[in-house]
Order: sequence, then C-alpha cells, then structure tokens
Amino acid sequence: MRSKFFPFILILIFIIIFLFFYKGLSNYNIYTPNINVEKDIPLFSANLFESNVEVNSKEFFDPKKLYLLNIWSSWCVPCRDEHALLMDLSKNKNITLIGLNYKDRPDNAKNFLNELGNPYSQILVDETGTKAIEWGAFGVPETFLIYKNKVIKKYIGPLNQQLLVEIKSLIK
Amino acid sequence: MNYLKVIFFFLVLFNFNELKADNENLKNQITKNLRCLICQGQSVYDSDSEFANSLKVVVEEKLNDGFSEEQIYLFLKDKYGEWILYDPELNINTYILWLLPILLFLIGGAIIFKSFIFTKK
Repeated sequence: MRSKFFPFILILIFIIIFLFFYKGLSNYNIYTPNINVEKDIPLFSANLFESNVEVNSKEFFDPKKLYLLNIWSSWCVPCRDEHALLMDLSKNKNITLIGLNYKDRPDNAKNFLNELGNPYSQILVDETGTKAIEWGAFGVPETFLIYKNKVIKKYIGPLNQQLLVEIKSLIK
Repeated sequence: MNYLKVIFFFLVLFNFNELKADNENLKNQITKNLRCLICQGQSVYDSDSEFANSLKVVVEEKLNDGFSEEQIYLFLKDKYGEWILYDPELNINTYILWLLPILLFLIGGAIIFKSFIFTKK
C-alpha cells in the first residue's frame, strides 16, 4: 500500500511548493509605501529657512487650515519639473504650501527659488534628512496633503498635471 | 598616591570608551537589520545612499534619546511598514515563510526514518 501512494504524495508536495515559488516570482518586490493611510503628522522641530527660528510641528500646523507639504531640494531634477505646478497651486487661497528643504545648501536653495519662483509660504530646513524620515519619506520629491493635523494624502515622486487636477478637486 | 590617581584616570577613560563603543555596536546591529528602501538588496548599514545615511543619523539620535532597539524598530515600522525590517514577524502573511522549512525538515526526516526502518527489516 505504502509504495503505491508514496510517490504521488511526494509529487503532490513538490507541485504545491513549486506553485508557491512560481507565484512568488511575479510578486512586486520593490518597496511600495501605503499611500492611503491617514496618519497624524509627526512630532519634530525644525528651523525656518529664512529666519532660522526653530519651530515645533504641533504649533506650526494650524488644524483649521489645509496644507501641502512638499519635500524638495535644489539638486533634485524632478523637483525642477514639478515646480511650475507648485507655482500654479500657490495662487490658490484655500491651501498653504510648506516646503521642506532636503539636504541642501542654503545658497543653492536660494538660487533655485530666485530662478523658478517661491511657491512656499514657509520653508523648513532639513539638513540631515532626518525630518523627511519622520514624515516617512524616502526620497525627493514627495508631497503630503495635511488637514486637521493629519496626512490625508501622500504623493511620491514629482507631481504632474493629472495629480494637480486631483489636488484641486480635493481642495474644493 | 599618584600611582592610584593614574590607575583611576585610566579606569575612567576605558569605561567611557566602552560606553561609546556599546552605542556604536548597537547602532550597527540595528542598521544591519534595516532594509534600504531605495537600494534593494542592501541593508542600511551597507548602503551609502542619501536615505540610508539619514537613517543612520536617525538611529543614532534615537539611541541618544534613550530609545531601545525594539522601540526604534517600532518607530520605523510605523513610518515605512514591515518591509523595512529584515527579520519578518510571524503573522498570517509569513506563516508559510516560517513554517515551510520546519515542515520540509519533518517530511524529510519522516522519509529517512521510514526508509531506514524498512531497510533494517
């Protein structure tokens, strides 16, 4: 009896294992962050770009206002591409744009803003990149929509025309 | 008396070194267990990317703030999800991962055991 069923069971086990591994081949193995989770904004303190005054994130963000936090840097090429869209968005009165200057030199950042315009009402400085980690970011550019001290939407990579339309519809 | 002073001086000096080294070792141990999210297949410890370098600073700051290893993992898991940890937890998604080797070991053992008994007879 044993010799009859044994090979079949063995083959069955191998087929099951093979299927698991085969299915695993098509799994997407690159980090894909969870975008649609509402999270409280992180607690941190950072210096302001212009005045070098230290501010606390809890006091800095007004719960009644809608914010768009954009992580940018003068050395980041995609930031340059999305800048025109941010300039466009800054004309909107319902939203306040905040910049987080990521691992940048102050001079380069100033030149960047002089050249392309400054869409931000305030800019926070992140010299070491640690503040971006508090936000759960892992690169530049990244953009966060903040309302009632919660991150309601997160965009990874540069914004495009389509996302801008989406943001504008969310503002209304 | 001077003799004692010298001994005391070195005693204090070496103790400080140990304290410093402990933190450094713990930092390395933690960053080796963190996956660099940009450079796949590298740990944060091995990587020299902007993200990994910032993360090393964060781990160091948290250690100086008195965070334990476990608390740092929890903090990062909250920010980036479980993917950032190299050591996966035992949950519904990872049952197969954890139990398959044990299962294979048991099946293999059973096969060997059975054939061993049958050849003996």
